[in-house]
Amino acid sequence: MKRANTFALMGVALLLSACGEKGADTQARGPDPKLPEQQRGLLPSMKIAEPTPWGDQKPTVPEGYSVTAIATDLQIPRQTLVLPNGDIIVAEGRGGSAAKLKPKDVIAGYIKAKGNTKVKSGNRLTLLRDADGDGKYELKTVFADNLNAPYGLAFANNKLYVANQDELVSFDYQEGQTKAAGAPTSVAKLPSQINHHWTKSLTVSPDGRFLYVGIGSNSNITERGLEAELNRAEVWQIDAATGAHKPYATGIRNPTALAMHPETGQLFSVVNERDELGPDLVPDYLTSVREGGFYGWPYSYWGQNVDPRVQPGDPKKVAAAIKPDYSLGSHVAALGLSFSQAAMGDKFANGAFVGEHGSWNRDAPVGYKVIFVPFANGRPSGQPIDFVTGFRTGEGKTRGRPVGVTVDPRGALIVADDLANTVWRVTRNR
Amino acid sequence: MSSATISQGYRSAPGRLHTILLAGTVPLFLGALLSDLAYHSSYQIQWSNFAAWLLAGAELFCGLALLAALINLLRARQKGGQALYFLLLLATFVLGLVNCFQHAKDAWAVMPAGLVLSVIVFLLSLLAAWVGLAPRVGGVQ
Repeated sequence: MKRANTFALMGVALLLSACGEKGADTQARGPDPKLPEQQRGLLPSMKIAEPTPWGDQKPTVPEGYSVTAIATDLQIPRQTLVLPNGDIIVAEGRGGSAAKLKPKDVIAGYIKAKGNTKVKSGNRLTLLRDADGDGKYELKTVFADNLNAPYGLAFANNKLYVANQDELVSFDYQEGQTKAAGAPTSVAKLPSQINHHWTKSLTVSPDGRFLYVGIGSNSNITERGLEAELNRAEVWQIDAATGAHKPYATGIRNPTALAMHPETGQLFSVVNERDELGPDLVPDYLTSVREGGFYGWPYSYWGQNVDPRVQPGDPKKVAAAIKPDYSLGSHVAALGLSFSQAAMGDKFANGAFVGEHGSWNRDAPVGYKVIFVPFANGRPSGQPIDFVTGFRTGEGKTRGRPVGVTVDPRGALIVADDLANTVWRVTRNR
Repeated sequence: MSSATISQGYRSAPGRLHTILLAGTVPLFLGALLSDLAYHSSYQIQWSNFAAWLLAGAELFCGLALLAALINLLRARQKGGQALYFLLLLATFVLGLVNCFQHAKDAWAVMPAGLVLSVIVFLLSLLAAWVGLAPRVGGVQ
């Protein structure tokens, strides 16, 4: 594993580095995580896993399941959508236009770029089709291009909805279509200034009336000023017919994937929490999203734990902060969420799959896998189970990084890998 | 007093570039201190960004002046005054670097240590320049 921290770059001895972090076993997961004290050395930890190709290797899946790469050489695949006829839409791209405000931004940006793909942003949707049902997606074609960092995808009202980094748009869709008929129609403009967290996640209500868009904060912890956080760290509810929007939930730092619980119709989100409070703070989480709910950012985390970096503080907001449902562990970078179906097999039938992109600011890397969170009575319940692993080699290099996960009702999990620019498909052996 | 002695005596005094670098560190550290004071009283984050860049500039000037000071120190026959100046500048540089890292923290995490360090580093830089630029008369040290 290549150690690249700010010290190495500045050519200064390792005297002050925040070392001695423990491994993944210190991570508190589940509904009631024990949170350690806040800590921050003079330097933040940065550990970037050096990318390496998959070669003839594949991710590891549970016994009784198989995995295949159904598309390669994509241009940064992020989220996927399974259309009613089984075709898969892949959103490809990279967004963000955040200016480098401090010397730190220049250095950290350089280091982080080492752990990402060098491929240019696709800004397009690719359609994958397996016409004969043999598990090989023989058709790979561009459905639409010239988009602006498309990320969130949803299908309803015979329309394909796409959340670009600046705008929610829709394409009219007829079954079997392999190419959009024309340019998309605007549904609503989305907050896009700076776009520190640029991904706009998307899901749709079961009746197709409302679209929900997750909008990330414009900073780690208000270091770009509170003014930059207008309309940020929110989930918007958008009327599909009129484009009118309202904040549905606020203080939700970076809601990177949204999904409706198939039975209860309850909106759920995976959320990435703040950095630089230590290797085991603050847990990223999976939570039901309550209408009108405030989830703490920036003033506090996991309920009423005050973040002293935000001044002036706001005790009233802290008191109002909702405690999330379920900790996924700190810095795992959950980016994908999809509820399971019976076709996935008994053990994985009731619950949600979560794609974890993996940490970059923790000495012992965490994440870099797809987990399954079991549910009971419509709520997360019990410890998570690893579902797709092997994204890092034994030598500590990184082969892939999972992003979006989508359950195909025919009994498969689609996993986008934005480091290897590959889409994986995990199926149950019959 | 021979001309050779005069030139050797003057060789240890800061040259023009060295003087510019050394004198330049003082207002840069002062600017960082004033920006920190502004952030501390207003919570306006832009002042903290200014402070971080002014510190980076100060460290660049200070580092180059330190290099020049080291060369002078190695070449000086009598190292007394040179050594004090060098050590003051070294302390300025090291604490300035710590302050740079302190200013790389997000939002209010910079405070209050960043402001305290800025006061100390500014005073140290002033003292280092005061000693380093002490006027010398005559050729023999």
